[in-house]
Amino acid sequence: MSAEQEPDFVQPEHFAFDAESEQAIPGILAKYPPGRQASAVLPLLDLAQRQMQRTTGSAWIPTAAMNVVAERLAMPPVRVYEVATFYLMFNLRPIGKFHLQLCTTTPCWLRGSDEVVAACRKATGIAGWHETSADGLFTMTEVECLGGCVNAPILQVNDDFYEDMDGPATERLIEALRRGETPPPGSAIGRQGSAPLGGPLTLLDGKG
Amino acid sequence: MLADKDRIFTNLYGLNDWRLAGARARGDWDNTAAILARGRDHLIEEAKASGLRGRGGAGFPTGVKWSFMPKKSDGRPAYLVVNADESEPGTCKDRDIIRHDPHKLLEGCLIAGFAMGATAAYIYIRGEFYNEARHLEAARGECYEAGLIGRNAAGSGYDFDVFIHRGAGAYICGEETGLLESLEGKKGLPRLKPPFPAAVGLYGCPSTVNNVETIAMVPDIMRRGAAWFSALGRPRNSGTKVFCISGHVEKPCNVEEEMGIPLRELIEKYAGGVRGGWDNLLAVIPGGASVPVLPKSICDTVLMDFDSLAAVKSGLGTAAVIVMDRSTDVIKAIARLSRFYKHESCGQCTPCREGTGWLMRVMDRLVEGRAEIEEIDILDKVTRQIEGHTICALGDAAAWPVQGLIRHFRPLIEERISAFRQRSVSLAAE
Repeated sequence: MSAEQEPDFVQPEHFAFDAESEQAIPGILAKYPPGRQASAVLPLLDLAQRQMQRTTGSAWIPTAAMNVVAERLAMPPVRVYEVATFYLMFNLRPIGKFHLQLCTTTPCWLRGSDEVVAACRKATGIAGWHETSADGLFTMTEVECLGGCVNAPILQVNDDFYEDMDGPATERLIEALRRGETPPPGSAIGRQGSAPLGGPLTLLDGKG
Repeated sequence: MLADKDRIFTNLYGLNDWRLAGARARGDWDNTAAILARGRDHLIEEAKASGLRGRGGAGFPTGVKWSFMPKKSDGRPAYLVVNADESEPGTCKDRDIIRHDPHKLLEGCLIAGFAMGATAAYIYIRGEFYNEARHLEAARGECYEAGLIGRNAAGSGYDFDVFIHRGAGAYICGEETGLLESLEGKKGLPRLKPPFPAAVGLYGCPSTVNNVETIAMVPDIMRRGAAWFSALGRPRNSGTKVFCISGHVEKPCNVEEEMGIPLRELIEKYAGGVRGGWDNLLAVIPGGASVPVLPKSICDTVLMDFDSLAAVKSGLGTAAVIVMDRSTDVIKAIARLSRFYKHESCGQCTPCREGTGWLMRVMDRLVEGRAEIEEIDILDKVTRQIEGHTICALGDAAAWPVQGLIRHFRPLIEERISAFRQRSVSLAAE
């Protein structure tokens, strides 16, 4: 947000929560005790980002949206800015329609996350992290452990985890997304959740 | 081998219905009011007698933790805060509980919350678990509709609310006071202790932070009794545990087993063994990224529980078993963890903020071998200047993997440095 570097994108001057977002706000605020509405800063920033995704195709939070959140929660804007910059899931610049979030932490790396990264680069033409493909469809971000390590490597696309990935599966996924399809998330090799390949070895009495 | 009848998480793999009807068929929410009718003190004593220790990594006795909460309210509300910010590399057990057994967690919230005198529970779930949070929200909705939580929860006469709060991507929010700060709408900077959360926690009120797995185990412990739970596992390390087996095994998986199971048995029985056979094993990180790595010689015999792993200078942590076969560049594997801690340090304490970056830069050089032999000792010394000198345990967590690497793989590091030097010398001679 500093003026030191000329940004390569435009900050919209205005932001307002639309009807769909407004509908969700009372339920969010009701979770927290009176006077503790600042607790809603993460959910409202998330709501703003989702509205941007819904209305513009790009999930990010303009400064104007942070100001709206600050006003709504009676917080100084700087408190909202510092939260928005602290948490990694908030995108403070426009991103592609599909946010490819690649885990490269050790458990994913041991299972071949390097191949998934290479396949993403090949299929999208993206060279570096945080970059968006020329067609505006994909942005690649390196993320830390996503918490699905027995199904590594994991590629998170927007909200969904694609698991047990490898190079070819990654390329197929990206081609499908480009065609407008939404392949079902989960294991690329047909595993049942976190059960071992070939099926569970425990909980075999039919109740599990 | 643990019998299926002694398993708590009977829908671990999501083969059956995770909703209320399915949960009820598995025995959840069965006359919960009768459990609450035993009274707070009884439930705390039962938790203590079961020997349950926190499943989030630190292993603190759960019943003892609950007993720190005020016996009588001074007018402030009290809170149970459930840590569902599962982010420790290697760990993916809470995810399964939340998406496949959410009612165990919700029923556990009511029982544990009642035992500690809490008026409400906040479940703080990591933001990336979007789909998992949807299951949890749906299950919570079912509970309110069925009168299981809310006013007169489950017909117990006790009023208890549960709220679900999504995080937004920060490992540090898994630290209990960082989590509280985040829940209050701030950056997740851990707080100085004391005061401890049981005195001054969420919104300045008495609070207890427990891990998802810990809380989700509570209903079964109360139903089947402390004696059942404490008979499983080993003394001071009782009960069952969900193990996450990742890395170079034939079939990575989660599995619930008895505490104290031999590491080798765990890997060979459930995960299809080490890729290429047991003799192809190089090392295992037995409890998530924060605990020191163990070489094969220790893995041959070590048992998977708090005390056994502490005895070999590692830890059970979250019981996330990260397996590395002999093809692994173990220096690189640990260097990647150093990058993780550098990335996740909140920057509040100088030893951690500066130290994690320092560790990462030296570790990256060690991967190449571009270092002096003496630097290995300097590196070890720096880890000890970080460890114990920070507000929270992230500093320790950054130090331990590097210490474990030096303890067990020093000859490999020296070899790497020598090889680099030889390459440089021969290049200079050309």
